[in-house]
Amino acid sequence: MQVKIWAQILLVTLTATTIVAGAAKAYELTIPSMDYRTGPYAPNGIPFANGWADYFTLLNERDGGINGIKINPAPCETGYNTKKGLECYEKTKGVGESGALMYQPLSTGITYQLIPKASVDHIPIHSMGYGRTSAANGKVFKWIFNFPATYWSQASAIINYIGQTRLDDISQLKGQKITLVYHNSAYGKEPIRTLEELSKKHGFIFKALAVDHPGQEQKATWLQIRRDRPDWILLWGWGVMNQVAIKEAASIRFPMDHFIGVWWSGSENDVKPAGQAAKGYLSGTFHAPGDDFPVHKDIIKYVYDTGKATDLAFKARVGEVLYNRGLVAAMWTSEAIKKAMEIHNTKEIKAPDLRDGFEALDVDSNKLKELGLEGFTIPVKITCANHEGPGRVAIQQWDGFNWKIITKFYEPDREVVNKLIKEDSEQFAKENNITPRSCS
Amino acid sequence: MFYREAGEFKVSYQDDQAIFPIPQDRWFVLTLVAFCYLVIPFLLNDFWTKAILLPFLVYSLAAIGLNILTGYCGQVSLGTGAFLAVGAYASYKLMTSFPELNIILVFMLSGIITAIVGIFFGLPSLRIKGFYLAVATLAAQFFIIWLFYRVPWFFNYNASGQISVPPRYLFGYQLTGPAAPVEMKYLVTLTIVVVLALVAKNLTRGRVGRAWMAIRDMDIAAELIGIRPLITKLTAFGISSFYIGVAGSLMFAIYLGAAESGETFGIQQSFDILFMIIIGGLGTILGSFLGAAFLVLLPIGLEMMLVDGLNMSTTFAEHVKFVLLGSLIVFFLIVEPHGLARLWQIGKEKLRLWPFPH
Repeated sequence: MQVKIWAQILLVTLTATTIVAGAAKAYELTIPSMDYRTGPYAPNGIPFANGWADYFTLLNERDGGINGIKINPAPCETGYNTKKGLECYEKTKGVGESGALMYQPLSTGITYQLIPKASVDHIPIHSMGYGRTSAANGKVFKWIFNFPATYWSQASAIINYIGQTRLDDISQLKGQKITLVYHNSAYGKEPIRTLEELSKKHGFIFKALAVDHPGQEQKATWLQIRRDRPDWILLWGWGVMNQVAIKEAASIRFPMDHFIGVWWSGSENDVKPAGQAAKGYLSGTFHAPGDDFPVHKDIIKYVYDTGKATDLAFKARVGEVLYNRGLVAAMWTSEAIKKAMEIHNTKEIKAPDLRDGFEALDVDSNKLKELGLEGFTIPVKITCANHEGPGRVAIQQWDGFNWKIITKFYEPDREVVNKLIKEDSEQFAKENNITPRSCS
Repeated sequence: MFYREAGEFKVSYQDDQAIFPIPQDRWFVLTLVAFCYLVIPFLLNDFWTKAILLPFLVYSLAAIGLNILTGYCGQVSLGTGAFLAVGAYASYKLMTSFPELNIILVFMLSGIITAIVGIFFGLPSLRIKGFYLAVATLAAQFFIIWLFYRVPWFFNYNASGQISVPPRYLFGYQLTGPAAPVEMKYLVTLTIVVVLALVAKNLTRGRVGRAWMAIRDMDIAAELIGIRPLITKLTAFGISSFYIGVAGSLMFAIYLGAAESGETFGIQQSFDILFMIIIGGLGTILGSFLGAAFLVLLPIGLEMMLVDGLNMSTTFAEHVKFVLLGSLIVFFLIVEPHGLARLWQIGKEKLRLWPFPH
């Protein structure tokens, strides 16, 4: 009897698999989605994954895909874990006729793992504002894109914001105490070198304090901050670490408007747990928060109201900072796909074609308006040598209820940042026997 | 019917002391090894190699290492992740400082360096036992990981603190780095694991292994019959760390290609490997393989079944996987507290009597 039940279960599973595998499909664009909806980083992983997925679903539902070719999101749960990310990469890279067209790992650790692998497999990676900063040098990192800005540009832009806007002049940075609270990983360590260079240049006193994964325990760090009394704190955190840091800062009554997060430390999830105490907290950003753009209305109409969304319960949260970030990432990817189709004059593009699309990407303000995203983000133009794009960063502030962009977009200190990018990418090229290509 | 010893006569000591005294076992293992060498390399693809076979082999080796220490010598250790890290960073430093060094030599030297570190952290075991020793090794875990974060010399002063493997060749084929053929990665890892597993099996059957087991079963009694606890415990720490160190360097150089001390070799890693040997069977070499298979292959298999087979969402599947895996661990430990290796043993006993159980 029992054997019979088991046999039936087995049969059902097998048939289900064969049906899935056997159905003949039209050409689809496989864009794997490396999600993390579980684990200590899920609070930040979920909104991004939803924004990313919803934009592609919108294109499929409203426009019938990109130029009539449907997008096949191949979701894979990474849990922000490098080993699982690697497993996901191997699992999804051969999906569908097109194979994986690109990866958006949303984890600096996974990006570091995938940079050499994807370069060999000829699959482009868009590590949007994270990952390896020196990948901005397209001469060395042919397959990696990290527009619209890098960590180093951002660190420098934040320092410029403090110097130019908050103090009267950049020269007044001299003697200021700036402390960085960072996630003890490749991600958190990224800005340190830039900030050290800048502290030499401007004469501020820089100190870096590490917080270990996952960052729930930060008492010792904040005790030290209380003793040092820095003038400014920069936060390079992710996941649960952000909310803990903001709560700790509130509990030592650190002035919130002197506390500036990286763009990964500035979302609703990070500030809400601290309540009104987080009011005034600042963070970097490169796109607008909120849901009052035409594209959001379309998403509600075509994705949520028709029940096509991956996470239907998310409807009320559409327009959160990280949701919009997933959305802007998906927008740039789909524009790159259009570009690739145009360049190669085919709708059945493969991963190397998409790389050319990314390299020729040019999304200006007219284009944004056309897409229903007028004023949503800065214009981006990628070239062969510059995979970072504009590199400009704005500052947004939490008013207790909403995030609002309160400044212009700051230019980073190109002199410092470009020198570091050049050094680091050349070292990478030397270690891995890469001859930088010429970009003329 | 087919699996019985009746009619087999052992006429020499050599026959009597063979690893697999029953010919069926011997043939089975030989066929398995032949299959791994002659058939699997032709079936490999990227996913199977990089996501399934390499982690399985590497974790098996690490589990053998921990099994020597915990299963055979009875010294509980929670520092496995740190020793893996020592192996990985040692091989990175060796590869970048001496680019001409043969890669196999690099693996072995990393093992030896880890063995030295392991012996050092094994010193407290002469005074403390059980949970207290576990806490002391936990200190090793935190200290070593911290060290690799704080001292930039270990990661050659690069900005991110990550180490990534330079391309290395063996017999003219690329072995490390993303461009290396998967067959090469698989065969080299397999060979190292097979050879070291054979060495471990023989070690545990010989004088050294018997001394370890005597210490494990009752250290005072062992001392009374002339086993020196100092030498025995420290050899266990040394050899165990050697295995874990080699596993760590394989994990870094062949399987992952890049690593970061806390993320790759954190405390979770120590627990995972401890679970492997507990589920697989303490004090058995077979158990190390079974435990590694259980914890490496089962999650991937479950995910494939739930997501691709039953079309669950990845999030839901992830949660179901946690629940299923947890309950399976509890289930196996209730059914057989001595681990999967013991289940296999019982199965063999039953098979001997089959089909006439009375």
